[in-house]
Amino acid sequence: MGLAKASRHIELLDEAATLALGADLTTQFDSGVVYLRGDLGAGKTTLVRGYLRALGYGGSVKSPTYTLVEPYEIDGLSIAHLDLYRVTDPVELEFIGLEDVLRDVSLTFIEWPERGEGYLPTADLVIDLEIRRDGRVARFVLL
Amino acid sequence: MRVLGVETSCDETGIAVYDTTEGIVGQHIYSQVELHAKYGGVVPELASRDHIRKTLPLIGQTIADSDLSMNDLDGVAYTAGPGLTPALLVGATLARALAWSLDVPAIAVHHMEAHLLATLLSPSKPQFPFISLLVSGGHTMLVKATDFGEYEILGESLDDAAGEAFDKTAKLLDLGYPGGPEIARLAQQGTPGVFTFPRPMTDRPGLDFSFSGLKTAVQSAVKERSDLTEQTRADIAFALEDAIVSTLYIKCRRALEAHDIHQLVLAGGVAANQKLRERMNDLNADVHYPPIALCTDNGAMIAYAGHERLIRGMSTDLVIDCRARWSIEAINRTGSI
Repeated sequence: MGLAKASRHIELLDEAATLALGADLTTQFDSGVVYLRGDLGAGKTTLVRGYLRALGYGGSVKSPTYTLVEPYEIDGLSIAHLDLYRVTDPVELEFIGLEDVLRDVSLTFIEWPERGEGYLPTADLVIDLEIRRDGRVARFVLL
Repeated sequence: MRVLGVETSCDETGIAVYDTTEGIVGQHIYSQVELHAKYGGVVPELASRDHIRKTLPLIGQTIADSDLSMNDLDGVAYTAGPGLTPALLVGATLARALAWSLDVPAIAVHHMEAHLLATLLSPSKPQFPFISLLVSGGHTMLVKATDFGEYEILGESLDDAAGEAFDKTAKLLDLGYPGGPEIARLAQQGTPGVFTFPRPMTDRPGLDFSFSGLKTAVQSAVKERSDLTEQTRADIAFALEDAIVSTLYIKCRRALEAHDIHQLVLAGGVAANQKLRERMNDLNADVHYPPIALCTDNGAMIAYAGHERLIRGMSTDLVIDCRARWSIEAINRTGSI
């Protein structure tokens, strides 16, 4: 399938390339759990923005760092965009009621999944984004 | 008339009582130490998002500290959104059940309207119409308030909030959290002009914001220098604070001019930034700030907003409802959510 081809390194020279990669993902992945790993500014939210834009979502795609979860409903598809950057202990996810948040959600993007270890649904796809001197590199790990 | 306010939309559990004649008569925001003993030594971090266990004891404590009893309440207001649904539901369920048991009205409050109205609790309060800049870790939003309950969003951040930009770039500079005060402190030693960062979206019309790119700009600046001296970090901090302050200033000026309004309200944690306050003095407008304690999430603003709704006859039907997404423009003036 398409993702096998995508499992090599993908060079992302600028923001537009990250948006395009997110858009490409819509043709290959429409349900399940995606972990997005990478440092601050690596383009995790930008990739999600590319994905949602490609589905025709016209609103703003804000960073969920503060809100922890940004929910989207697009053409009957329920998508959750999580960001665990501010989570200091994975058990907080239980207090947050993550299970309730993700009930009825068909596609979940999770930024900083390492901060929720043990309390998250397992990933179907992991995307690593690495900052290089001249852009970004994305790596896909299909599980 | 006395209204209890319950805020549980995100991180903080905030409780307060507002009285028509006396103003805020009691308030508590859960802090790590305050109720620590009540949990028998639970590690504070573990309780930091635990609204379920915090809300009820905090209500009891606020009522007691105000020398009131539950029967003195004429209404119970709660944050109904926007926010994290399970967190909102804790406050909504408790508040509604309490109101029902006391046989008083419950009032659903919009979190952002409460922030906006908190300025009316300061001694020098603005008159409608005014422009409000809500600027915090989670929000950067310009709102035109023409009357109570009449709001128009003029612009907002399309990605990261201004406070988030401070926090994340502070992290890139190995500074502590929250980032705003740390950047401001370091910037005092900075030299103007060594670095220049973009003022995002100021070169085109419109009142939206975008601060996400500043992360990459700071990252590049950090990587350019092989030796990141204290002075270089200070120079970066200076340029960063200058970029954020200038961007906010330009957008506020544009909003005031476009709507021919001469009153500006600054709310949210970033409104505490000294350089921002100095810069805003250049505007052809009266600038108002809520009391510092009411800039971040708190129960007092919910109690006050609830009180203002209640005296206008707006209470909420007997259903428990919360909204994760809720535009401030969609507030129903009749009070139902």
